[in-house]
Amino acid sequence: MEDSNKIQAAPCCGTDNSKNKGTCTCTLSNMDTVKSAFPIIGSINTPAGIVPQIATRLTFQDILDTWKARWDINRMDYRILPGLYAVGLPDSKSPVLVSANYKMSFDRLRQELGGLNLWILVLDTKGINVWCAAGKGTFGTNELVNRIALSRLAEVVAHRRLILPQLGAPGVAAHEVLRLSGFKVVYGPVRAADIVKYLNNGLKADTGMREVRFGFKDRLVLTPVELTGALKPALIVLGLLLIINIIFHGSLAVFQVLSRTLTDFLPFLGTAIVGAFLVPALLPYIPGRALAWKGWLLGLLWIGAYLWFLIPSRNWMHASAYLLILPPLASYLAMNFTGATTYTSLSGVLTEMKVAIPAQIISVGLGVLLLIAKWTVLGP
Amino acid sequence: MKQRYLKNVVTLELDPGKCIGCGMCLEVCPHQVFRLESGKAQMDNRDGCMECGACARNCPTEAVSVRAGVGCAAAIIFGKLRGTAPCCGESGAGSGTGCG
Ligand code: SF4
Ligand code: SF4
Repeated sequence: MEDSNKIQAAPCCGTDNSKNKGTCTCTLSNMDTVKSAFPIIGSINTPAGIVPQIATRLTFQDILDTWKARWDINRMDYRILPGLYAVGLPDSKSPVLVSANYKMSFDRLRQELGGLNLWILVLDTKGINVWCAAGKGTFGTNELVNRIALSRLAEVVAHRRLILPQLGAPGVAAHEVLRLSGFKVVYGPVRAADIVKYLNNGLKADTGMREVRFGFKDRLVLTPVELTGALKPALIVLGLLLIINIIFHGSLAVFQVLSRTLTDFLPFLGTAIVGAFLVPALLPYIPGRALAWKGWLLGLLWIGAYLWFLIPSRNWMHASAYLLILPPLASYLAMNFTGATTYTSLSGVLTEMKVAIPAQIISVGLGVLLLIAKWTVLGP
Repeated sequence: MKQRYLKNVVTLELDPGKCIGCGMCLEVCPHQVFRLESGKAQMDNRDGCMECGACARNCPTEAVSVRAGVGCAAAIIFGKLRGTAPCCGESGAGSGTGCG
């Protein structure tokens, strides 16, 4: 269960706003569109019109969608129409939960709600999760107040209380919402998995529910996206190595040129795996605090091992060049993981970047110069 | 295992004079930075702050202030290249940063 709650806690976001399909509240006329996104199993008549009733069980398609989103495939298509939805058979006294219109967040919430009767107010966060949207302000005071009005929530429920995910708090000023809409905002647990416990507790969150965690599984589910991110630069490096090998060994058979290229690529591939996978996975066990440092350290260990064990004929220029070029690349990749962590502050990231980026550039630059020098003297 | 980030870098400030002890900052903080002590908020774990801005946004008396933002290197780099504020908006910065 732990891992499926992760993305809500992942800061930093990506969406292409131009793909936003506009805002619309959910009425019967657009329910067909909704149906294609997730199962509508019925509808509820309210003084404010018909509200679609949603399923609390995920279908195979939902699970497939989650998997695809993790690997960054069409992740922008997973948005829900904003507006009011019903779970079970809610009435005017039922609680109201507020969610983002990112399908994964929404799925994660609704699958916890089996057997309950309540309302879900889905905000238009342009298809991004609560945490990112709150940081950008799309999961925010204005959108909430507007959505309350558009969905005519005040006619649907008799009480005046909204339960927001705690991670939405950076975007929403509870006291402002109260002033502007008359609804009192209370912040529920960080994880959707705790929502039932929270409701049964009489809306009391214990400390564990309030805390963002970043465990092994939480970090692991984020690595596919990191690896996909490292893929493009890795392919560029592969292309460069191929060109270099064609220039220097063009006379050899195609097969030999390719095998040399792949051999040359191995240290880079290893570096990408170190920076985008090993550092996130082993994060708390790597000594030091700055992520750039952690990446550099692990990158250095990898290249050291590579040179020692895999390159029998060690040439000092070749070895130094690799030691200068590759650890900074791992460092850079690891530094980018700050976008996915749940504990790095902007000031902290700026502080480490101020040192890390010049160091990375200088080190890679020196390494490349050394490689060129080696090629001109000895050939590759 | 709890992760620790850099020491003494965050911009979080608390003005005890303005605090009315409503407890909102305790409720919203995902890192238990605050504690309520005889009717006033106190910073217990300032280095644990990730500058999400939830406390400052929800403090009714503006007793808390923090420069909120995404602590995301890729976003900052893309922001610098484009000359915009560090925000991981478009697809370029979004992919590869593990953003949900
Ligand atoms: S939210 Fe503001 S007023 Fe309330 S306890 Fe925290 S600092 Fe004090
Ligand atoms: S900015 Fe966020 S992490 Fe820092 S103290 Fe405020 S609520 Fe806690």
